[in-house]
Amino acid sequence: MNTHMPITRFAPEPKGLEDTRFSVPGMRCAGCIAKLENGIGAIPGVAAARVNFTAKQLAVSHDARIDDRGLISEIGKLGFQAQPLAANPLGQDGEERKRLTRALGVSAFGMMNIMLLSVAIWSGAVGVTREMFELISALIAVPVVAYSGRPFFASAAMALRYRHTNMDVPISIGVLLATGMSLFETLKGGRDAYFEGSVMLLFFLLAGRVLDAMMRDRARAGIEALLRQQAPGAMVLDANGATQWKKATDLHPGDRILVAAGENFAADGMVEQGHSQCDLSLINGESAPQKCDIGDVVLAGAVNLSAPIVVRVTAAGSNTVIADIARLMDEAGQSRSRYVRIADRAAKLYAPAVHALAALAFAGWMIAGAGWHQSLTIATAVLIITCPCALGLAVPVSQVVAAAALMKRGILVKDGSALERFAELDRALFDKTGTLTLGRMTPLDLDALSAEQCSVALALAQASRHPISRALHHALAARGVSPASVEAMIEEKGAGVHGIWQNIRVSLGRPGGALSGSEAATRLSIGEAHVDIRLSDSLRPDAAAAIARLDALGVPAAIISGDRTEAVDEVASALGLGARAQALPQDKISEIRALQAEGHKVLMVGDGLNDGPALAAATASMAPSSATDMGQQAADAVFTGDSLLAVPIMVSAARRTMAVVRQNFALAVGYNILAVPLALAGMVTPLVAAIAMSTSSVLVIANAIRLTSAAR
Amino acid sequence: MNGLLILIPVALTLGSAGLVAFLWAMGNGQFDDPDGAAIRILIDDDGGDDGHIG
Repeated sequence: MNTHMPITRFAPEPKGLEDTRFSVPGMRCAGCIAKLENGIGAIPGVAAARVNFTAKQLAVSHDARIDDRGLISEIGKLGFQAQPLAANPLGQDGEERKRLTRALGVSAFGMMNIMLLSVAIWSGAVGVTREMFELISALIAVPVVAYSGRPFFASAAMALRYRHTNMDVPISIGVLLATGMSLFETLKGGRDAYFEGSVMLLFFLLAGRVLDAMMRDRARAGIEALLRQQAPGAMVLDANGATQWKKATDLHPGDRILVAAGENFAADGMVEQGHSQCDLSLINGESAPQKCDIGDVVLAGAVNLSAPIVVRVTAAGSNTVIADIARLMDEAGQSRSRYVRIADRAAKLYAPAVHALAALAFAGWMIAGAGWHQSLTIATAVLIITCPCALGLAVPVSQVVAAAALMKRGILVKDGSALERFAELDRALFDKTGTLTLGRMTPLDLDALSAEQCSVALALAQASRHPISRALHHALAARGVSPASVEAMIEEKGAGVHGIWQNIRVSLGRPGGALSGSEAATRLSIGEAHVDIRLSDSLRPDAAAAIARLDALGVPAAIISGDRTEAVDEVASALGLGARAQALPQDKISEIRALQAEGHKVLMVGDGLNDGPALAAATASMAPSSATDMGQQAADAVFTGDSLLAVPIMVSAARRTMAVVRQNFALAVGYNILAVPLALAGMVTPLVAAIAMSTSSVLVIANAIRLTSAAR
Repeated sequence: MNGLLILIPVALTLGSAGLVAFLWAMGNGQFDDPDGAAIRILIDDDGGDDGHIG
């Protein structure tokens, strides 16, 4: 299976083998796997390369001769983009899923074997055979319950310690009582042993928990693959003019850092040398690039656009503006952790009712003179029958099916509670730059250009790394334009690119006229003919349709942006929305809090650092995959692709999911209403309990599977 | 009755063999990459066609 493995085996024992993991989002097929594993595996110094296709990751085991950057460029040569991943981000969470899966495996083993014996008992085994079968059942069931029940017992104990009740409390009491009671029955040679009931219950519930954990892990892995994980840092200039790379956390005020065009600032500072423009859109939402000349202040997180500059650091690490935003975000996120999930809300009503019913059954039969043994058996039967098996499955199965459907549409939902909160929304707030708009420049009037102009423009734009050139390159290449053969191309910093095409001088440079609003432009000159190509940060393709659909769902939208009033008004009038401009991160939080105080459930959709606190404070939040790392981490769901329709799709899928969850609750409760009188009357045998339990679970799962079409 | 004395241990042994195999597979990372496992079958080891679908 693994053609490169022999390399590992026969290579001389290398010293200090390192493991590095890369996120390679571009892999799509078996060919990509083979190309990456064979290509990287063949590099001298690489011991092994292994692709994890599910997580879109490549793990490389290599010696110290090669470093991360070398490997990234090798992966680049194979035609893939790669990002190094931090040491082991998935370790902890994957462990939780594995623990649950192991418990599920053990309970499945126990359930099958006990069922084998129970079927024999139900079909009429008597005497010694029956006693022996029940004894073997007990021998299997007790260790299985002790092992597989731990996740529930631990969670129930935790809840009780804090005087809460959750779904795990009735589950734990039911399982423990049923097992204990059955053990006692078996040792006494009695008739009613519920071993298969308690183990089956654990099996079904663990299946729900495992699905839940899988959904969380998958979404988390997907989001991790999108994050740009490089540690931010800067080239520090020392007194002699030599440079040295330092991590952002090691920078100190007074350091002089050299920031190349296209790089992020790692700290707040003041420009000492050079003239450039910087893009602050991720920090304050402002779309137009800002000039930064000597003496101007620059902020960590901004992008230096046009020319390299030297900056003297004024604040680094936890004193930067970004760090303040992060603190604000932490505080804002605390209100959300108080959200009570629907299963626990149901348990709050359900658990006391069930326990009261069981106690009542015990007391009733005692009064009727049935003796404490029979009364306890009946009370146990009531607990087993009402144990929220279907209830425990109702929520996770529905949410997992819906999340899988959403993932196919490119929407990654972080956890089940997000789906519950999305279903309740009745207000939406959108950030402007990067959320309603694409957050990147796109040319406005390419149709006005001739084919000749297009191909010359593409050839020139390809040669430059300026953001406008890159935008032009991207747009023209997407139209299938092929570049003209321009020779002697030279890029002059701040002036543009020029070259020779068919003996004519051609150039791409500064535009002639003045610019309006949020537009940028470049002038294409071919000989003496000039044409200005205007670019602007345009709206996402179906922003208007998405807003209309949200409106139809009863979620009216508004804009809240940190950008200038004119730029915001332009977008607001195009979409017909109310808007608030020049909002600071604090303003966004207070706007959300004000709406929440009126009883609204607010959705925040944003991408920038300045949206982070608002994303954390809102009832539910969404971010595009182009968002900052901070934005993606704060949001409940991340959508890939350019379409804003992901937002209404997410809301309506969440509502459908909750509708199915409620149907499932109704099914589970309805079944209880039928079965409980039988149990109270003492007519439930272990056989009836087993049939009832599995039927209701299958019904609930079947109903949840209807959600595969939820993401429409 | 005598049959049972053989069959029950056999059933339990087979069951535990399955359980041990499952736990081994979990620990060995067999379930870490289900999508990759499904499409690796399409890789040609002889270096011919690169297994592109569609």
